[in-house]
Amino acid sequence: MSGVNGTALAVFIFFFVLVTAMGFLAARWRKAENSNSLDEWGLGGRSFGTWVTWFLLGGDLYTAYTFVAVPAAIYAAGAAGFFAVPYTILVYPLIFTFLPRLWSVSHRHGYVTTSDFVRGRFGSKGLSLAVAVTGILATMPYIALQLVGIQAVLDVMGVGGSESTHWFLKDLPLLIAFAVLAAYTYSSGLRAPALIAFVKDTLIYIVIVVAIIYIPVKLGGFDDIFAKAGEALSQNNPATGKPKGELFSGPNNQWAYATLAFGSALALFMYPHSITATLSSGSRNVIRRNTTILPLYSLMLGLLALLGFMAIAAGIKVENGQLAIPQLFENMFPDWFAGVAFAAIGIGALVPAAIMSIAAANLFTRNIYKDFIRPDATPAQETKVSKIVSLLVKVGALVFVLGMDKTVAINFQLLGGIWILQTFPSLVGGLFTRWFHRWALLAGWAVGMLYGTITAYNVSSPVQKHFGGSNDIIPGIGQMGYIGLTAFVLNAVVAVVLTFVLRALKAPDGIDETRPSDYTADAGDPGVKEELPAPTAAP
Amino acid sequence: MPAPPESQETESPVITPTRVVIGLCLFVPFIAMLWVGSYARVEPTFIGLPFFYWYQMLWVPLSAVLTMTAYKLVKREDAKRRAQREGDAR
Repeated sequence: MSGVNGTALAVFIFFFVLVTAMGFLAARWRKAENSNSLDEWGLGGRSFGTWVTWFLLGGDLYTAYTFVAVPAAIYAAGAAGFFAVPYTILVYPLIFTFLPRLWSVSHRHGYVTTSDFVRGRFGSKGLSLAVAVTGILATMPYIALQLVGIQAVLDVMGVGGSESTHWFLKDLPLLIAFAVLAAYTYSSGLRAPALIAFVKDTLIYIVIVVAIIYIPVKLGGFDDIFAKAGEALSQNNPATGKPKGELFSGPNNQWAYATLAFGSALALFMYPHSITATLSSGSRNVIRRNTTILPLYSLMLGLLALLGFMAIAAGIKVENGQLAIPQLFENMFPDWFAGVAFAAIGIGALVPAAIMSIAAANLFTRNIYKDFIRPDATPAQETKVSKIVSLLVKVGALVFVLGMDKTVAINFQLLGGIWILQTFPSLVGGLFTRWFHRWALLAGWAVGMLYGTITAYNVSSPVQKHFGGSNDIIPGIGQMGYIGLTAFVLNAVVAVVLTFVLRALKAPDGIDETRPSDYTADAGDPGVKEELPAPTAAP
Repeated sequence: MPAPPESQETESPVITPTRVVIGLCLFVPFIAMLWVGSYARVEPTFIGLPFFYWYQMLWVPLSAVLTMTAYKLVKREDAKRRAQREGDAR
């Protein structure tokens, strides 16, 4: 990396200023009469149609980190990194099955978060708190990784990062990006990322289409790329003495590949930010229709993953794998287009970071502040608390990124995925049946969390003593598999067994405030709130 | 269970042929994707891409078509149920 890439930086700044303006103007877009309710600020008035929801969900799920990390994983290990494709394929049938039910019951009862639902369904504040805390814990490192994504881009452009020595100058660009993000999320709420997502996705699609045609042509076609990559991957890694990776998943890695894809698919829609984007849609069918058009993003992700092989074939040598793709762009593209690509990644970080911080803030406000601290909080107070918490969450993420080693953020992200999966039985179980006992679900959650955390901690790799990867031997099967999925199975088994026991002992069951018809209600049905009425007047 | 009884007890059966088809449409991608052994090889390649990659990417549109089919069927079934319920109410 030599000096600052002026042209690329100028293009990057242009797009950054553009989306900043959009972020602030978003407050006026589709504005409701009252912006002081949490529904308005935190769910965009719950009125988004198919296309806005599509952009929002796409912007939300396919983050800058995804764009950097998936090809980086392929760059490092080959086929194993491609699990992201089956993972995102499996996500949609799952969403199709359970999210419309969550949408319906949330609109009948005015739930903003998954914990709201769990509390209403099982009448258990304890279980709801467990779900809320897990959600917040899992989201924080995810936000931190978005900032890591921006940092990678800034680094390659020659601003900040490793180049400067002064700590303040080094982190200044990131601080500016962060301050801007925080300011417009605070003022515009969910509308800001929804609007910016249009720019982000358009840029990303352009970059991918160009990259997937232009780079292979420059490198002599896919035949050459895979021949070179295969050769590079078959060489021994000096740290392990084994080949670095493979071109397809070998017999010993297939369990790991499948469980990682399946477990990640189950986990994705447990994340608070994906639920926030879903609940903001205007009807049940918006969600179902979206599951048929969202796979376009999976296709893009697959193409993007191939860039990892191109980086190997192009002879990109970086110490930090996260820099492989930005560096590939810098080497291959003319400066101005590299700027566009960097802007795509940078903005790609802002959208999910905004949605994630809003989602975490909603969880805190609804399920910790209102349930435990101030039960009589008005909607206006709720909104205020949420806004402040969304700021705090982002500051927390920033401290994480600046104060600690990047691997810490990645380790926690790995743990976050394992943790969030443990809320699945309470949420999805609750959507389909009331059979589970609240205490059994809580016990299952605790077992899953403990097993997952301890097992992940004990995984060592040649470079890391702890948190060396997301796979471990599956007890009873003897193959390597995703820890999160094993923990989830344990969790479910405990929940089922204990439910039998507790029912036999006639342990007190919580009160269920929902009715079976709540789960199939649609917009326009009686009792379905299109937008919740807010009791306070607009300022 | 403490849930209050529903007013419409005259629901049509829970398992209908349409629902079975919907279930299959949603389930097939799981078999295809989680059976990694069925696609873990390099040949045949497509424009230079090993089978492992293009096959999985091919499943993106395939699963989208399956979900689309499920969506159409669910919509039809919903409309039918709604019409039936309104008929019952009269």
